[in-house]
Amino acid sequence: MSGESRILEGYVSLPYKWAMGAATTRFFEELKNKKIMGTKCPKCNRVLIPARSFCSHCFEKIDEWKEVSQEGTLRTWCTVNFSYEGQPKEPPYILGIIDLDGADVGLPHFVGGVDLDDFEEAAKKVHIGGRVRAVWKENRTGNILDIDYFQPVE
Amino acid sequence: MGKRVAIVDTVQTEHGDKLEDNIREIMFGVVRQLLDRVGIEKSEIGTMVSASSDYWEGISCSNAYYYDAAGANLKSGSNAEEDSGLAFIYGFMRILSGDYKTALVISITKCSETPSAATLTHMSADPFFHRPVGLNETVVAGLQAREYMNRYGITEEDLAMVVVKNLGNAQKNPYAHRGGQLSEEEVLASSMMVYPLREMDIPSTSDGACAVLLAEEKIARDLTDTPIFVEGVGWGTDHSFLGDRNLLNGSLPKAAERAYQMAGVKDPSNEIDMAEICDITSFHEILWMEQLGFCPPGKGADLVKDGVTAMHGKLPVNPSGGLFGANPYVARGLIRIAEAAMQLKGEAGDRQVLDVSRAVAQSVHGLGGQLHSVIILGT
Repeated sequence: MSGESRILEGYVSLPYKWAMGAATTRFFEELKNKKIMGTKCPKCNRVLIPARSFCSHCFEKIDEWKEVSQEGTLRTWCTVNFSYEGQPKEPPYILGIIDLDGADVGLPHFVGGVDLDDFEEAAKKVHIGGRVRAVWKENRTGNILDIDYFQPVE
Repeated sequence: MGKRVAIVDTVQTEHGDKLEDNIREIMFGVVRQLLDRVGIEKSEIGTMVSASSDYWEGISCSNAYYYDAAGANLKSGSNAEEDSGLAFIYGFMRILSGDYKTALVISITKCSETPSAATLTHMSADPFFHRPVGLNETVVAGLQAREYMNRYGITEEDLAMVVVKNLGNAQKNPYAHRGGQLSEEEVLASSMMVYPLREMDIPSTSDGACAVLLAEEKIARDLTDTPIFVEGVGWGTDHSFLGDRNLLNGSLPKAAERAYQMAGVKDPSNEIDMAEICDITSFHEILWMEQLGFCPPGKGADLVKDGVTAMHGKLPVNPSGGLFGANPYVARGLIRIAEAAMQLKGEAGDRQVLDVSRAVAQSVHGLGGQLHSVIILGT
């Protein structure tokens, strides 16, 4: 069939409600008190963050809670310099995976408190193996963004 | 393995930035062409497996929208979400089950109709921890590339070589939607998108479709002089928490090991003649090659530098141009399989590589290569 093919434009916007489960609910409640809580697997003894109710490696239930440090090591990072619909922040910004002291797995989160206008300077402060510490939001409502970002420490 | 299953033939669209036709019309066109080439009728298709994604189509049960257009009306049919490599493996297993003698595997994506890949892959991040910090395929690629480059000391120039190679190869692929003879300098001049990756390190998306006909050995030999056998398959999924994963050693080495074991391949670098893999970024071609066992960890860039993976190197990788040639998101894995089959059949035209009897095709989806499928094909 030859001839013109017109475009129909549309938009899909649908509401969802997601159950957090008990472990995530408590993890977020503790963030309000500036505490980062993990749970410790009784079998492999790893402390997992965000806290969870089972260890998927050992396939065992977890009941033991353990607070981890607010400071840790930057495992990797990148700068986000492009835009997309649904983006949580105005670019440019830095994202990293942080290995917090006392936890055996990493946490992906923003890295902030550095001036990205001067990339060379920023890259001196933000580097793999560098130390970072949680910076908290003033108003905390019980979600992962109660931690505003992780800031490099000297 | 008792029963043998072979690819009879494959058809692709001429992929593009924007294909004008409706998805159903494209699907009909591709499958009609495949049936005509092979010389069979719709009634002779035993079963059908498709790969599409509701998010990548804006229609839920996306496959139900085009099944009849692909020749599967009132037939046994099923769908693999997001990864067309998995759909291929599913079709292969349907024949192994003994219930079907032929299986049609199809996949289509029109990225020109959807939100960007960054937006859609943001939806594959969980809503509690990963989505609020904006993880998606592009961002995780940056995190992964930074970790790799720090560990193994490769440079942006090394990454640029992959882009130059693949866009150069794509020039010889009539199905590719882009290609060109670029210099490394031109790649390095493109803007920084997700440091350390530049705009040109990340193939933008395309529109395209692919159809592959599988059959048990006896029927395959009746239908073609050049059946391409499925010698091995493997797949696997890594953890959903990004921070739990080793981003430089995930599910691919294990998926590859399963596929090689099934195919009886002990030394992939010597026993595999060519590869079509999902270079979701220039960096990922390097990482996936290592994890497919072509070289030790950290040495992938050397394969590119030394010309081993060039069109007429010892182990050509992505002679089609890979995703740099065309990246119709969900269909890209099946296209890798079709390209590898064309090479083994000796029907790859200007991009034909020499002396190939065994090839590997790899497909990936999920953030940072959470899920991989590996398929070994042979003559």
